[in-house]
Amino acid sequence: MGQSPFIKKFITGNFYDEAVLFPAVKKVRRAGYRIHDVFTPFPIHGLDKAMGLRDTSLHTAGFIYGITGTATAVGFITWALTVDWKLNFGGKPFFSLPAWIPIAFELTVLFAAVGMVLTFCYLCQLAPFVKKDHFNPRSTDDTFVMALECTDKTNESDAIKFLMDAGATDVQVQYKETGWWLGRYDKDTMRFEKKKEEVAAH
Amino acid sequence: MTIREQFTVPKKFNTVAMALMAIGILAVIGLYITTHGCKGTEEEKHLSDARFWASLLQNSVFFLLVVNASMFFICATTLAWGGWQMSFRRVPEAISAVVPVIGVITLAILLSIAFGSNHTIYHWTDAEHVKHDTILNFKKGFLNKGFFAVVSVLTVVLWSVLGWKMRQLSRSLDEKPLPNLEENKKYIWKNTIWAAMFMIVFALTVMSSIPWLWLMSIDAHWYSTMYSWYTFASTWVSGIAVIALFVVYLKNNNYLELTNEEHLHDLGKFMFAFSVFWTYLWFSQFMLIWYANIPEETTYFAPRAQGIYKGIFWMMFVINFLAPLLLLMRRSSKRNYTTITFMSLLIIFGHWLDFFQMVFPGPSPNHVPVLIYDFCIALGFAGLIMYVTGRALSKAPLLAKNHPFVKESVIHHT
Repeated sequence: MGQSPFIKKFITGNFYDEAVLFPAVKKVRRAGYRIHDVFTPFPIHGLDKAMGLRDTSLHTAGFIYGITGTATAVGFITWALTVDWKLNFGGKPFFSLPAWIPIAFELTVLFAAVGMVLTFCYLCQLAPFVKKDHFNPRSTDDTFVMALECTDKTNESDAIKFLMDAGATDVQVQYKETGWWLGRYDKDTMRFEKKKEEVAAH
Repeated sequence: MTIREQFTVPKKFNTVAMALMAIGILAVIGLYITTHGCKGTEEEKHLSDARFWASLLQNSVFFLLVVNASMFFICATTLAWGGWQMSFRRVPEAISAVVPVIGVITLAILLSIAFGSNHTIYHWTDAEHVKHDTILNFKKGFLNKGFFAVVSVLTVVLWSVLGWKMRQLSRSLDEKPLPNLEENKKYIWKNTIWAAMFMIVFALTVMSSIPWLWLMSIDAHWYSTMYSWYTFASTWVSGIAVIALFVVYLKNNNYLELTNEEHLHDLGKFMFAFSVFWTYLWFSQFMLIWYANIPEETTYFAPRAQGIYKGIFWMMFVINFLAPLLLLMRRSSKRNYTTITFMSLLIIFGHWLDFFQMVFPGPSPNHVPVLIYDFCIALGFAGLIMYVTGRALSKAPLLAKNHPFVKESVIHHT
């Protein structure tokens, strides 16, 4: 199946029940298929674990933004009140740290919050006016949509049958152009943890 | 999975508890001898005597509030209709069984200080002095021996009784499971009512009047409305640490099969969050006083943050704030039994130091007492908590298996 490196083939299936979805995720992973993503209308506890997704690094980014906020606040106030424009507040020393802690705290929170929201949008490839492709619009309504990514070794009809046996309905084959807004899965090799189980060849 | 429901206290556990209690009793005797042996003026003798009682006051009040925080944990989660704690709920229940025991000890100490002839710790008990002290005369309605005694006794009795009621409710299900959904709902509602009653008492005591009476009145001229919240934060985070320690101990001995790192993670989150909360309250109390810079208010912080107690203050800052902030921040460290054990011990020690700071600058303004005796007395109380909690744990099954929320705890996931 020689296809363009910019076009990827996916097989999607709908699930109506968590109790079906979880075993299906397990089965699909064990059979060696690559799950591109599972789209759900609401967060499902434990699904990330079942899919073997690595922990997000969003909180590390948050920590760095927070530290940046603290440093900005302390640094700027120190410069402003001890070097640039000294003011006498009730006879207190020019460098009075306790007075700066509330502001340092607020800036820490502000930087961390805003930074994390923006990082989150970047990681999920979300932005105003950008249309995200999510394979099946019903994933925003009442069903869970699993998208398998087909590689050169994937046998299409086998995969479709496998997905249907696992409980999926409305199984479709879809072609998507890879691109920034789809999610750079082609470059994101860390997306899934190293698989521990032996993988059957397809 | 087979579940070992019945905890039997290992011999070693009791031996350690007994040894710690022996150390505590020896320390009390040793401290009594060293503080009462000196010859000096009347005032020196009073200061020396106050040193002895202050140590007992600090330790007993601290550990009483810490074990009582366990019942607060149960009632708070009950009121929130939370289920995640069910798999180890018998642990805080057992810890809260220590409240009557330490309560009696604390009452004995408090009443001997209040009704004793030495007024160094609570100088509002000195009727002669109060007469020509305008501020204390004004506070007479609150700070007097009668009110102090009645409220203290009532508080400890109410904590004990309501705590006992909550434990009874939990154990009443062990023998006979609830037959249907209606009964389950009724049971949860009954729990909610009793937890709410405890919570009202808790709010009126630990979160307001009790720290004012027992601890803040050592510096009777000074007052802060935030003081009780800050004391509560201190004991609450230590209380969580004590629960975590017992959970880890039981896990290490192959009990609590249904409790796993998900539950530990939540306890770790509590420890992390309330360490920061404590710092926030400490600083809020400090900053307003620091800004206004009014002498009658700054007297409290002058010895503690800038005077001779400065060293302990900075140690506390590192132990109670920086260490939990940095070491408990990562998800993996909150799920690690070793880290949680280490941090629990550190946090309990840090907040014990905090209570040291609350009590000692009053009766000992001129020098910082050596902490050895106090620490040994603290070990004694730790032994007492271990002993009584171990006994209480062995009396009831470790899993409240018929509680309607158990399943929530089993599938709990953070």
